Amino acid sequence: MAKEECVSLWHNARETSSVRNRKVSPSAEQTHQSVTAPVSKNKQGDQTPSSNGSPADLSARTRADSPNILLLILVTGLSFATRLYKITDPPHVCWDETHFGKMGSYYINRTFFFDVHPPLGKMLIALAGYMTGYDGTFPFVKPGDKYEHHNYWGMRGFCAVLGSFLPVFAFLIVQELSRSQNAAVIAATLLLFDTGCITISQYILLDPILMFFIMVAVLSMVKFNQQSCRPFTASWWLWLMLCGAALAGALGVKFVGLFVILLVGLNTVGDLWGVLGDLSLSLMDVAKHFLARVVGLILLPLLLYGTIFAVHFVLLNKSGPGDGFFSSAFQSRLIGNNLYNASMPEYLAYGSVITVKNLRIAGGYLHSHWHLYPEGVGAKQQQVTAYLHKDYNNMWLVRKPGNETPSETPDLVRHGDLIRLEHKETTRNLHSHLHQAPLTKKHFQVTGYGVNGMGDANDLWKVEVCGGRKGDLVKVLRSKVRFLHKATGCVLYSSGKTLPKWGWEQVEVTCSPYLKETPSSQWNIEDHINPRLPNISISLLKPNFLEILLESHIVMIRGNSGLKPKDNEMNSKPWHWPINYQGLRFSGVNETENRIYLLGNPVVWWINLASLGLYLIMVAVASVAIQRGIPLQQKRMEHSDVLRGGGGLLFLGWLLHYIPFYVMGRVLYYHHYFPAMLFSTMLTGVTLDILLRSADLLLCQPYSDWLQKGGQMGLLFTVLYSFHLFHPLSYGMTGPLAHQPGSAMAGLKWMDSWEF
Amino acid sequence: MKGKFFVDDSGPPLGHMILALGAYLGGFDGNFVWSRIGAEFPCGVSVWTLRLLPALGGALCVPLVYLLTVELGFSHLSALGAALLLLLENSLIVQSRFMLLEALLIFFMLLAFFSYLRFHNSPSRSWSRFCWLLLSGVSCSAAVGVKYMGLSSYLLLLGLASVHSWRQMGNRAVGHVSGAQSVLCLLVVPVLLYVFWFYVHLSILQHSGPHDQLMSSAFQASLQGGLSRITKGQPLEVAYGSQVTLRSSASQPLPCWLHSHKANYPIRYEDGRGSSHQQQVTCYPFKDVNNWWIIKDPGRQELVVDTPPRPVRHGDVIQLVHGMTSRLLNSHDVAAPMSPQAQEVSGYIDFNVSMAAQNLWRVDIYNREAESEVWKTIRSEVRLVHVNTSAVLKLSGVALPDWAFHQLEVVAEKLQKGHGSSLAWTVEEHRYGTSQEQKEREAELHSPTHINVDRKISFWSKFIELQWKMLTVKQEESEHKYSSSPLEWVTMETNIAYWLHASTNAQIHLIGNPVSWGVANLSLLAYQLLAMVYMLRRRRGFKDLPDEVWQRFVCLGFVCVGGWMMNFLPFLLMDRTLFLYHYLPALCYLHLLSPALLEHVHTHLTLRRGLGLCASAVLVSIFLSYWYLCPLTYGCPELSANQLLALKWRDSWDILYRRR
Repeated sequence: MAKEECVSLWHNARETSSVRNRKVSPSAEQTHQSVTAPVSKNKQGDQTPSSNGSPADLSARTRADSPNILLLILVTGLSFATRLYKITDPPHVCWDETHFGKMGSYYINRTFFFDVHPPLGKMLIALAGYMTGYDGTFPFVKPGDKYEHHNYWGMRGFCAVLGSFLPVFAFLIVQELSRSQNAAVIAATLLLFDTGCITISQYILLDPILMFFIMVAVLSMVKFNQQSCRPFTASWWLWLMLCGAALAGALGVKFVGLFVILLVGLNTVGDLWGVLGDLSLSLMDVAKHFLARVVGLILLPLLLYGTIFAVHFVLLNKSGPGDGFFSSAFQSRLIGNNLYNASMPEYLAYGSVITVKNLRIAGGYLHSHWHLYPEGVGAKQQQVTAYLHKDYNNMWLVRKPGNETPSETPDLVRHGDLIRLEHKETTRNLHSHLHQAPLTKKHFQVTGYGVNGMGDANDLWKVEVCGGRKGDLVKVLRSKVRFLHKATGCVLYSSGKTLPKWGWEQVEVTCSPYLKETPSSQWNIEDHINPRLPNISISLLKPNFLEILLESHIVMIRGNSGLKPKDNEMNSKPWHWPINYQGLRFSGVNETENRIYLLGNPVVWWINLASLGLYLIMVAVASVAIQRGIPLQQKRMEHSDVLRGGGGLLFLGWLLHYIPFYVMGRVLYYHHYFPAMLFSTMLTGVTLDILLRSADLLLCQPYSDWLQKGGQMGLLFTVLYSFHLFHPLSYGMTGPLAHQPGSAMAGLKWMDSWEF
Repeated sequence: MKGKFFVDDSGPPLGHMILALGAYLGGFDGNFVWSRIGAEFPCGVSVWTLRLLPALGGALCVPLVYLLTVELGFSHLSALGAALLLLLENSLIVQSRFMLLEALLIFFMLLAFFSYLRFHNSPSRSWSRFCWLLLSGVSCSAAVGVKYMGLSSYLLLLGLASVHSWRQMGNRAVGHVSGAQSVLCLLVVPVLLYVFWFYVHLSILQHSGPHDQLMSSAFQASLQGGLSRITKGQPLEVAYGSQVTLRSSASQPLPCWLHSHKANYPIRYEDGRGSSHQQQVTCYPFKDVNNWWIIKDPGRQELVVDTPPRPVRHGDVIQLVHGMTSRLLNSHDVAAPMSPQAQEVSGYIDFNVSMAAQNLWRVDIYNREAESEVWKTIRSEVRLVHVNTSAVLKLSGVALPDWAFHQLEVVAEKLQKGHGSSLAWTVEEHRYGTSQEQKEREAELHSPTHINVDRKISFWSKFIELQWKMLTVKQEESEHKYSSSPLEWVTMETNIAYWLHASTNAQIHLIGNPVSWGVANLSLLAYQLLAMVYMLRRRRGFKDLPDEVWQRFVCLGFVCVGGWMMNFLPFLLMDRTLFLYHYLPALCYLHLLSPALLEHVHTHLTLRRGLGLCASAVLVSIFLSYWYLCPLTYGCPELSANQLLALKWRDSWDILYRRR
C-alpha cells in the first residue's frame, strides 16, 4: 500500500542525508559534495567553518539531525497497523498466556503467587486488564481455552502497543548512531516486516514489555552520549534519568534485563574513562560526572526496582499458591494463610502432628512419600526429601523413643531429648545410616524406615534448640531446631540439590557429618496440631521489607536454575536461533484450527545473519587499514568511525544478549533470542547502509549512485515480498499443514525443522 | 600400552602416550591391571620409570620459572624467589611424583611462554629467534595435547602474540614476513602437531579395547579384534532378502540391537492402559539369535536374495521379518508401554484379528550425502519411517518391566524434529539369505557369519569422530568424596587423599603450602589494586613509571594475572566433577607473579625499609610450613594420630587416621 510513498521518501532521505554528516571540516565537506551529490547546494549551515560545540553550530546540527518527521510518522503508523491487526485473534489462550494471563488475574484478585520473573511485567499486564474491564475471573488453565465473554483484548492490546514502539525506537537509535536516514529506514523496515516480532508483540507475554524497556534504555543512552558536549543541562539530566528508569523497568520485567544494564554499564565506564582523560576538566568536575552517573544509573534504578517490589508485596496480601516457597515468617503476612494471626500450641509436645521447614531460603518442608530410593542409591528404603509445596505428605508425628504411656497432658519436648519422627501418611520413621547420600556423597543417606513406627536404633534423633541449654522447651515457629542423629552423630541437612526423576525433582535431604550451624541444618516447626493442648495466638516477628526483598530474590534465582530441560520437551539450542532453525507453536496443531507459529521472517533473519559476518569483515578491513596508516578519504574515515563507534555498540549489545545463553543451564526457548535480534537488526541497518554508500569503491560516479539506490530498492522489495509470503505465520493459518498439498503455505517450508 | 583402544574424556592422547613411553623404556609389559587405588605393584613392574617422566617434567618446571621471570624483565633475585616458591609447593611435588598429567601440562605451558618471550625479546632477525618461536608453537600444541586445559594457556599466548603483532602492524618498516612467521608457528604448526598426536595414537592403538562401544560401528570395524572379527567380509550392500542385525546409534554406553521374542505385550499395563497384545519388539544389549531380521520386498513372498542381489535404496519401502518367529515389524496407533506419547511397535502376524497390518517401512538413509544412496552395512545410518503414520522407529531407552525381561523399549514416534541419533539404526551383521524354508533359515541364522574382505575408514573420519566423542562424552554427574568446587580452591578448603598405608598412618595427601597460597592470593589482589591506581593516575597525566617499566608491568600482569584467570574462571562455568588439582596450573602463574611484584614495589615505590626483612620472614615461614607438611607429601615418616590431628590446620581437611 505505502510502497510509492516509501520510495519517494527514500529519495528525500538520500538528499538530506548527505548533509547530515556532522563532524566534517568544511574543505572535506566540499570535496565530499563534489564527489557525491549534485543536490546539496541549497543546504544550510555546514558551509560556515565551525568548531565543535559552539552554540550556533549546535542548533544547526540539531535541526539537521532531527529525523524526518514524515518518515517517523510513517514508521509509527505502519508499526501500529501491523501489530494491532487481528489483535483479538485467535480468541483463545495462546502458549505462555496461560502463565502471564493467570498471574495478571492473581494481581487483580490480590492472591500471592510465585514466579521466577520479577513482578513489573505482570503488574503492568494486570493494570492494563484492570483498566479495560477484565475482572480476573478467567482461569487461564491451559493453552487453547476459549476466552468467551472475558475482556482479554486490553491486555493483548497493551503488549502490542509497547511492541509497536520497537521499530520506532530502532529508527531513532540507528539515526542517532549512524547519522544516516537510510540506515534508520533499513533497520525500521526489517523490524516492521518481521513476522516473529509481530507475533511476539501480539500476545499477553513479558517479552514485548521487556524489549520496550531495553530499547528505551538504549535510546536514552545514545541520546545521552550525544549530549556529552554540554553536561549538566536539563536534557542531559533527562536522558540520564530516563535511561536509569528504563533499566529498572527492564530488570523489573525479566532478569534478562541484566544484560542491557551491563551494556549501559560498559558504555558508561568508557564514557567516564574519556572524561577522566580530558585534562581540561578539574578533578572536581570528574567527581561530579561520576556522582551524577551513580545517582542516575545506580541509585535511581535501585530505588525504582525496590518500589516495584514494594507495590508487588502490598498488592498481593492474600494467601495463594506461592506460599510454600517462602519462610514461615514471610507467610505470616498473608491473609488466609494458616500462619496469619496463627494460633497453635506454643511448645512442641509429644504426640503432635507437625510440619518441619528448613531455614535455608526456599528450603522446603521435610517430606516423604510411598516411593523407594532406586537400586544403587544407598539402601533401597523409602525416600525422604524436601518439598516446596504444602502437601499432606509433609506431616510428621513426634514420638518418644519407646512405646508411649498415654497421659492426660502430653509431655513437652525439651532440648536434648531423643525423639522419633514418624511420617503420618506412611508410618515410617525418619531414619539415617552409614550409606552415601544420593547426590552429596560426603553426607549420609536419610530414609523412611520401619512399619507403624516400629523401626530400629537408627531412628532416634536428638533435638537441639540453637542457642539453647539442656531442658529448654522448643517454641513452635520461633525456635531454630537441629536434629542430630544419635547413632552416627550427623545432623539433618537439606543440601538444596534437586534429585533426578526418581525423586520427583524434589530437593535432597541428607545427614551431614559436619556439625557447623548453617541454615541448611536448621529447621523450624511450622504447623503444630495437638488437640490436647490449648491453642495460643502466636505473633511472629514480621520481617522487614529488605528481608522480604532478599528472600524473594533468592527464591526466584533458585526457581530459575531449577528450570532444567525435561526429557520429552523440545529443547532449543542457542545456535538454532540466529539461523531461524525452529520456531515455537503458539496455537493450533491440526488442520482445522487457526494456527499461529512464532518464526522470524526468514529473509529478514538471514539478512541479519549475513550482515553480522559482513560487519566483522568490514570492521577488520577498516581497522587494519587505519592501523597500517594507509591514507583514507574523509568519507571513508567517517564510515569507519560509524562502524567502530555506533556499530561497535550495537554489536556489543548483540553479544551481551546472546552469548550468555550458551552457558545457561536452564531450559531455553526460541523467543529468548528476540532482544539480541533487535540489536542485530539495527546493526544490519548500519552495515548495509555503509556497504551501499561504499559502492563508489567499485564503480565510478553515476553508476555507483545507481547501484546504491538499486540496492536500497531491492532490499525494500525483498523484505516486503517476503512479508507478503510469510504474513500468515503471525496472522493465522488455516487449512492443511504446509507439507501437505493444497496448503496456502505450500512451498514455503524452506527448512524441514519448521512446523507450520 | 598394550595397544588397546580407550577413550579418555579429560584430554587428548599425548599425555597418556608420554606415560606409556616411560613405561616402555622401563620394560613394563602392560599386563598390570590398574584396578583400584592402593593396589600393590607386582615386583616385576619398575614403578620408577612409570613415574619418571612426570616427575622430570615437574622438576624442570622450577628452573623454567626462574628463566621465565628473567625473561619477563625482572632480576635474578626475584627469579630465585619464584623458583623457590614453586620448589616448596607441596601440592606440586605430590602431583608430579605420580603418574598424573598436571606436571607435564604445567611444564609445557611454562615452556611455551618462556620460548615466546625469548623470541619476543631477542632483537636480531636470526635463525635462533625463529627457533624459539617454533619451540613455543610446539610446546603449545603439546600442552593442548596433554590436557584440554592447555587450551586456555594457548589462547592467552595467542592473545599476547596478537597484541604484539598489532603493534607491529602500525610500524610500516616491518614487512609482512614476520607476521606470516608468527601465524605459521603459532597457528599452523600447533594444529598440525595436534592432529599428528592423534595419528600416532590411532596407529598405536589398533586393537579393540574397553571403550569400543562408544564409537560407531564403522570405527569399531577398523580396530583389530572385537567387532571386526565378526563383520569382516560381509556383503556391503543390503539387498532384499538380506539377513541383518540392526544396532541403535543412540544406545550409549551399552550397544543394543533391535530384538523380538516369543512373548506378547500384556493385555493391560499396571496403570490400566491397554495394549495390542501383539508380540513384543525391544532393544536387547546382547548378541542373540533373536536379533536377526530379514528384509522383505512387500510385493513378493520370497525371503532369499536374488542373483544378482537387488540392493535397497534410499526411499524404498520394505518389510522387516523377524528371523526366528516370522513376525513382521509393525506399528500402529496404540500407546507404547512406557512412553505413552509414542506409538507401540510390535511383531505382527495375520491371525485375522481386528487390527490391520501396518507393517510397511520406508528406508531413509540419513547420511546418504556422505555415503551413498544404497543401504550399506555399518556405514549407512538409516531411519525407518512408518509408511502409514510417518512415525520413526526410535529407541526410547526406557527399561521395560518384568514382562519384557527388562529389555529396552522401542517405539515409533511422530516427532522427527532434529536429527537425534536416537532415531538412526545401522546394520551391523549382515549376510545374504539363501534358504526359503523356515527351519533351514533358523539353522542358517544360528551359524556364524564370515567371508573375508577388508574394509578401512580413513584417518580423517576416525580423527573427527574420536575428537567429537572426546568433547561430548559426559561423565555421569556424580560427586566424589574428595571433589570440590572452584571457589574452595582459592582458600584451599579441601584436600585429596592419594594413598594410605595398608596398616600404618603413613599417607600422602594433595595439600598445598598454605603460606605460599596466602602469598599468592595476596599478590593477586595487590597487583590488581596497584594496576588500577596506576591506570587512573596515568589517565590524569601523572606518569609515575617510565614507559619501559610500565610496559614490563603490564606484560607481567598479562601473563600472570591473565594466566590465572584463563586457567581458573572457566571452571566456574563447568558442570563436571572437579578436584583441587585442576587449580594447580592457575596457581603456578600466581607464584610467578609474587616475587616479581615484590621487586617492582621495592624498586619503584618508597616502601623500601623492612621489605627485605618481610620477604625473608615470609620465605622462612613458607619453608617451615613445607617442612611440617612433608610427611603428608612424601608419605614418610609415619606420624602418630596426635601429630596428624595437630597437622589438621583447617577443619575441612580430611586427614585420615586410624583409631587404635
